[in-house]
Amino acid sequence: MSKLHKMPIVVGLIGLLACALILEYSVDAGWVMQLVVPRPSDTILAFPEVQADMDLFGNFFVTLAMTAAATLLALIIGVPFGYFLYRNTRYGVAYEGWLAAAFAAPTVLLYPLFLVIFGRSHATLIAMGFIPGAIPIIIQTRQGLLGVSKTLLNVGRSFNVSERDMFWKIQLPSAVPTIFTGIRIGVMYTLVNIVAIEYLIDFGGLGRIVSEMYFRFDTPGTYASIIAVVFVSVFFYWGFGRVEKWLRPV
Amino acid sequence: MAQAGVTQAKPAVPSMDGSVRRIRLFTALGLVFAWEIIATLGTVGVLYNDVVPHIWNIVIAIYEELISAGFYRDLGITFAEHVVGFIVGSIIAIFVGIWMGTSPLVRGALEPYLNAIGSTPKIIFLPILFLMFGTGIESKMAKGSLSAFFPVVFTTTLGMVLINPVLIRVGKTFNLNKWQMITKIYMPAMVNPVITGLRLGMAITVIGVLVAELKFADGGLGYRLGIYYEQFRIAPMYAIILIIFALAAAANVGMTRLQDRVNRHMAPTTTKGKKAAATASGGLGVVGTS
Repeated sequence: MSKLHKMPIVVGLIGLLACALILEYSVDAGWVMQLVVPRPSDTILAFPEVQADMDLFGNFFVTLAMTAAATLLALIIGVPFGYFLYRNTRYGVAYEGWLAAAFAAPTVLLYPLFLVIFGRSHATLIAMGFIPGAIPIIIQTRQGLLGVSKTLLNVGRSFNVSERDMFWKIQLPSAVPTIFTGIRIGVMYTLVNIVAIEYLIDFGGLGRIVSEMYFRFDTPGTYASIIAVVFVSVFFYWGFGRVEKWLRPV
Repeated sequence: MAQAGVTQAKPAVPSMDGSVRRIRLFTALGLVFAWEIIATLGTVGVLYNDVVPHIWNIVIAIYEELISAGFYRDLGITFAEHVVGFIVGSIIAIFVGIWMGTSPLVRGALEPYLNAIGSTPKIIFLPILFLMFGTGIESKMAKGSLSAFFPVVFTTTLGMVLINPVLIRVGKTFNLNKWQMITKIYMPAMVNPVITGLRLGMAITVIGVLVAELKFADGGLGYRLGIYYEQFRIAPMYAIILIIFALAAAANVGMTRLQDRVNRHMAPTTTKGKKAAATASGGLGVVGTS
């Protein structure tokens, strides 16, 4: 038992397996309705079916492409705008509260508006992914540039570094970890919004599969597609966390 | 939208002076002007007609919403779903958070799974909730609970982990029993991070409930918004969106004030009390998603 105390991940895995076995037995015994919660084994077996039927991997790449497009747009607009707010301090002060409020607002509810403008199209998904993605990038870009060490700036000035070099060689490299935090948050929210809108409007990649499986009353398929979305989120969360750790100075 | 890890910039400059106010005023006027131009272009047929209604039409729509009985019925449904979901989700989260905070084994075992689900769009769990609870208000309450759970559990756990060990030693020196430790040491020390989590959780619950209503419902503000969209009644649609934004902002301001008040009354209790609040989201990545 003391060994297990040192291996919480193993304990977690054992717990997960135990829950799966209990669920399997409960469904078999009829204590849990199979229509509501399928056997874990059925859910695992549903993955190849969902792949064959709905092209899980192909739709993963659709969601990935939408997320990448929205994030790229957010970067193209967010970083320069964050830099503008840093350079023009008064604008930065004037807009910071608005940006924080916009980030806290339930912007996902704007999707009917974009549906009216762009229709049920990829443009709607990208626009809905762009909004929550751009705001943290703007905020963190400004924040990162504001947080550049005065010593580094003074060193640059003592070497008579031009304004341009000051930005590219001192300010931007120092601000990268903070900006990347904004990008990580932006990407996660972009992904969340895109999957949510895909699910709501039955269009696009993984979110649409979840919705379609539910409408077919294919319960194992629904669970399998939900687990696929969880894996994709974990992949993003873990991957960006690693890159962020790598970028952050020790 | 939930806040996650975005640190609000400190006013690095002469805070609110005249020029900042002027910038805000001119920006607002510019936006109104641009909006009206687009609306007019729509009216004369250059852009999509009625997609961007005139501002006065939206103001009238807001007024009509506020005097209609149906609006208050839907508001009541959303409010009930939100309150029940938020309370149930938060209570469960606080208990789980305390459990995780006091036991490194439980924390290590559960954290990977909670992080995984915490970073996932909760809306995709809606089919499971519909299967379990039906498409009535129960499933929206369950969705609200699910949305509220994650930010609260993460911040509670962090709050527990970051409690000043000196306080715990003082409690043990006085031979406090487990219940006294919880009520006299842990709870006062955790108030700030827990309220931060509750504030985040409340904002996310609003979104979670409304999005669930948009998918399947027969009442609530999300349902009302969806109906207006389907009927292409754009001005009322904007009106509902603006009312929801205003209500969400008011709730957020209320919770922030409550947090400020609590902060003023509480002495700093955690070794890294400020860090607890700041990393409540950032340290764990995405605290919660709608």
